[in-house]
Amino acid sequence: MSYKMLDGNTAAAEAIKLARVKVIASYPITPQTVIPETLSEMVESGELNAQYVRVESEHSALSVVTCAAMAGVRASTATASNGLALMHEIVGMTAGNRVPVVMPVVNRGIAAPWTLWCEHVDTMCERDMGWLQFYCQNVQEVLDLTLIAFRVSEDARVLLPSMVCLDGFFLSHSMQKVTLPEQAKVDGFIGEYSNKNVYLDPTDPMFLSDLTGNEEYTEMRYQQKLALDASVRVIEEVFEEFHKEFGRKYELVEGYRTEDADVVLVALGSMCGTAQYVVNKMRAKGQKVGLLKVTVFRPFPAEYIRRLVGDQAVVGVFDRSAGLGGEGGPVWYEVCSALRNKDNQVFHYVGGIGGRDVRVETIENIYNELLAIKAGESDRHTEWIDVKDNALELREVAKNV
Amino acid sequence: MKTTRKFKVMGPVATQFGAATTGNWRLERPQVDFSRCTKCRTCELHCPTNVMEIKKDQEECVVINFDYCKGCGVCTNVCPVQCISLVEERR
Repeated sequence: MSYKMLDGNTAAAEAIKLARVKVIASYPITPQTVIPETLSEMVESGELNAQYVRVESEHSALSVVTCAAMAGVRASTATASNGLALMHEIVGMTAGNRVPVVMPVVNRGIAAPWTLWCEHVDTMCERDMGWLQFYCQNVQEVLDLTLIAFRVSEDARVLLPSMVCLDGFFLSHSMQKVTLPEQAKVDGFIGEYSNKNVYLDPTDPMFLSDLTGNEEYTEMRYQQKLALDASVRVIEEVFEEFHKEFGRKYELVEGYRTEDADVVLVALGSMCGTAQYVVNKMRAKGQKVGLLKVTVFRPFPAEYIRRLVGDQAVVGVFDRSAGLGGEGGPVWYEVCSALRNKDNQVFHYVGGIGGRDVRVETIENIYNELLAIKAGESDRHTEWIDVKDNALELREVAKNV
Repeated sequence: MKTTRKFKVMGPVATQFGAATTGNWRLERPQVDFSRCTKCRTCELHCPTNVMEIKKDQEECVVINFDYCKGCGVCTNVCPVQCISLVEERR
């Protein structure tokens, strides 16, 4: 075991190297660029024994990786934002053909407005495509959850791909102290790659992804649904084994000081670190606030939400995407649905989009609103918690009229 | 001769290609009244999937390959004596 200073991108690349991936195809896009750069250097130097396929787009990158895995090797790519949007068609191919690819996604908003910065909308747009989704709080989690994702995805009970989601810049470019596991231990944990379902082999041909009529399509989707359902148990087992082997404990949803909480905030990604700081600060003043950190968003662990939210608690849900046109954002919908048979009030918050920092004050404002609602002192609810007052008077242009 | 064994697999895959013929898309099939057919070959020339063949020396003089006929109905429309009709496909 050794320590290293790594940013989130390099940690993702280290995890892919530790998994002994044999084929890499990745197209650079800010803020993910360092992942393919680091991997290509590792391949060039011989540090990683893999074939690096240069491609002309993300659409091709995921196609190469999916087919390489079908042919019998562990394969990986990474993307972000508009790159993931361009992959969308193949995202369905990978999951529907039951190919256990693991892909770090560096969360960034999707244009327009053009942004390079953190937002969860890119992965949230892919949430129903049959992939597992893990969200990381810090750089150590990027490394650990990537290793865990390989193991879960390749489990014969799952056979579905995983996205490991890390916040653009806040994690991808943040240098943190990371514990690096030994190669032999990782080998023992993940094991050799083998095709457990179908495969591409010219000596034993199969036709993969053939046209499927309506007499079988529903059943194939149902197979995927059952695999996602089953993956909850598999993730629990793998988290437990990872804890035993490497000493770090993960949960699908982690309750932070929620036991007696009057108010609970549900969040995911890097903002959870700030939220934990705020919880401690407010608890020290005697305010009973708690946090639910959603590490696994797909499959959505609704049972954990039900178990961890007290019957009397007022709940806030922080979506780092706008949820345009709906009554709330994707995380809020899931939490509402998980709590539909309970009496909790569930309030929706949007913030931290396009790279806006989720500050201590932002989270304090949410907790204070929810505490006032809980105490019956106020019904004020600011859904867009960090929007500026001048939203409709931002820019002026000169027009030739 | 190599031996094969059967395995249960998940997702869309085939080692036999039963779904490859387009004939099973057909909802209606062309039916020819051979007694009125003049063997002019208009249907054969217009068929977009090239599945019709005129056999002048046979009583059933229009032979249709139903593995690939999609039942599009072009033949019924172009026939100058209107001896082809579309009937419901029953499988």
